[in-house]
Amino acid sequence: MKNRIDECFEKLKAEGRKALVTFVTAGDPDLDTTEKLVLEMFDKGSDLVEIGVPFSDPIAEGGTIQRASLRALKNKTNLDQIFSMVSRLRDVTEKPILLMMYLNTVFRYGTERFFENCKRVQIDGVIIPDMPFEERDEVKEYAEKTGVRSIYLVAPTSKERVKMIAEESKGFLYIVSSLGVTGTRNEISTDFNDLLAPLKEGDYCPACIGFGISDGEQARKMVSYCDGCIIGSAIVNIVEKYGKDSIGPVGGFIESIREALDA
Amino acid sequence: MSKIGRFGDFGGQYIPETVMTAVHELEAAYDKYKDDPEFNRELRELYRDYANRPSMLYYAEKMTKDLGGAKVYIKREDLNHTGAHKINNVLGQLLLAKKMGKKRIIAETGAGQHGVATATVCALMGLECEVYMGATDMERQSLNVYRMNLLGAKVTGVNSGTATLKDAINEAFRDWCSNIDTTFYCIGSVMGPHPYPTMVRDFQKIIGEEIKAQLQEREGRLPDAVVACVGGGSNAMGAFYDFIGDKDVRLIGAEAAGRGVDTPEHAATVAKGDLGIFHGMKSLFLQNEYGQIDEVYSISAGLDYPGIGPEHAYLHSIGRADYMSITDEEAVQAFEYLSKTEGIIPAIESAHAVAAAMKMIPEMGKDQIVVINLSGRGDKDVYSIARYRGVELDEK
Repeated sequence: MKNRIDECFEKLKAEGRKALVTFVTAGDPDLDTTEKLVLEMFDKGSDLVEIGVPFSDPIAEGGTIQRASLRALKNKTNLDQIFSMVSRLRDVTEKPILLMMYLNTVFRYGTERFFENCKRVQIDGVIIPDMPFEERDEVKEYAEKTGVRSIYLVAPTSKERVKMIAEESKGFLYIVSSLGVTGTRNEISTDFNDLLAPLKEGDYCPACIGFGISDGEQARKMVSYCDGCIIGSAIVNIVEKYGKDSIGPVGGFIESIREALDA
Repeated sequence: MSKIGRFGDFGGQYIPETVMTAVHELEAAYDKYKDDPEFNRELRELYRDYANRPSMLYYAEKMTKDLGGAKVYIKREDLNHTGAHKINNVLGQLLLAKKMGKKRIIAETGAGQHGVATATVCALMGLECEVYMGATDMERQSLNVYRMNLLGAKVTGVNSGTATLKDAINEAFRDWCSNIDTTFYCIGSVMGPHPYPTMVRDFQKIIGEEIKAQLQEREGRLPDAVVACVGGGSNAMGAFYDFIGDKDVRLIGAEAAGRGVDTPEHAATVAKGDLGIFHGMKSLFLQNEYGQIDEVYSISAGLDYPGIGPEHAYLHSIGRADYMSITDEEAVQAFEYLSKTEGIIPAIESAHAVAAAMKMIPEMGKDQIVVINLSGRGDKDVYSIARYRGVELDEK
């Protein structure tokens, strides 16, 4: 089954470019703004966009995304509205869109119904940070049936688990840059050559590094180890600051990262 | 049990990849030590010499006469060092942490009892201790906050979400993700990812084992029912576990109905919860149709958790244990009743178990026996009960 994520990485590889994956929390400050932000990010150079589904208790998130989730939930943002938003986005963009969300949101919605809806509105992949490799059976069957890519995470602590997880991941492999939760960091000290060494030989999906990347210089450094970088909290910080007026500032930020990656 | 770490469909290991290696390390260490004679000898010694075990099984004669039904026995976990059953689990986990070479301990706490127990054992064992506690809970349990400070622990207030127990757990998880190499997360109840629900239950099962032996000595028989309060469910799991195979012994959990299960303000997970995946486990949770975890409420800070340990969810699903919902008012009445009738001031958490037992006992025969697991003492609750009754206490 063809998938926009796979096609995107194939194209980038052919062009010798690195992927820029960017994140916003749906419904922060409102879904209208989220919709505009997604299009603006694509327009200014994002290759893939992750839409964060707000959750009441996001245990893998730092303060920035926690607060964004809370703002979104105060607006009563829910999964059905997010599906509708993606459906509208699909009228105007063919770029890969993913959902980043906690497993209970999928489970409670009904896993089969969730993936059927992803397929219907053309969501290309899902990232579920609290579903480790060992619990993959929660979604595997439905993800495969609907062609939605299930993206797994590798952490600096994964070591001998890296290969096993990489074999399971579809679309791309999410490399968590550092210990801890999401949020911008001044320094990323993980030895990626060592961590990703098991993937040097063999045919694995592309790998992107995320968690803590906040500027062009860091982004450039990260993509030297892999196929792309993921930026979340740095963008959500801008949305927190400018609210509905964040379209321009976020666009400018994405542009600066894109330039750094393509330089 | 089906798969490892599962109780039927419940349980599992739903946690971020970053902590997966640490959880596996813990699993391996626990598997290695749980049947190790030396480890168990050390633990039994700590139970006896430091925690004051075995805790007494007390025949509540006045209560028995007053209620006019089954004979009432009270398992005095409130007489343990630090005043609750929590010490049993903490001694076990921190002895394990020491064996694993961990130097820094983190814990979450609701009422503060698990935090106090953790701070206590860290002082004993020379370990660094940081306790996460919801800001709301810090306010209503300020005595326990001070107590933890006295014991040398750092108490970190959590303002995110509802600023109660579940948020303290979220924050402890986040800390663990950041400091995974040095830090041991001492979870206070039979919850979280495998191996915690099993390990914590194993460290608490001494409660039920003692009840069985003590009652055998006193009455030469098994009880007809064992009653315990349930938040996450560790004291109940500890009291129930040795009786699961004794099919004639009814196992009754008392959960917090707050202002009533038909109001939005309760923490009655079994009565009102749905299957979900949260805090590392598949179990029952109070949540909305989109899986957002509910804000819960109980007068008892130790019971206002939106979930329940997976083994309880399992015992409920197979009909082996029954769960009753007890309102604030019923619990406060039981709190006052036990104080006046037996001269025992129970923790407001444990008062939920007393209230549940008080509903059952008059309906039972005089030849029957009920054991109430009195999980903790009530000193910490005196202020909030006074406030509930509209009495202003001033200690200037």
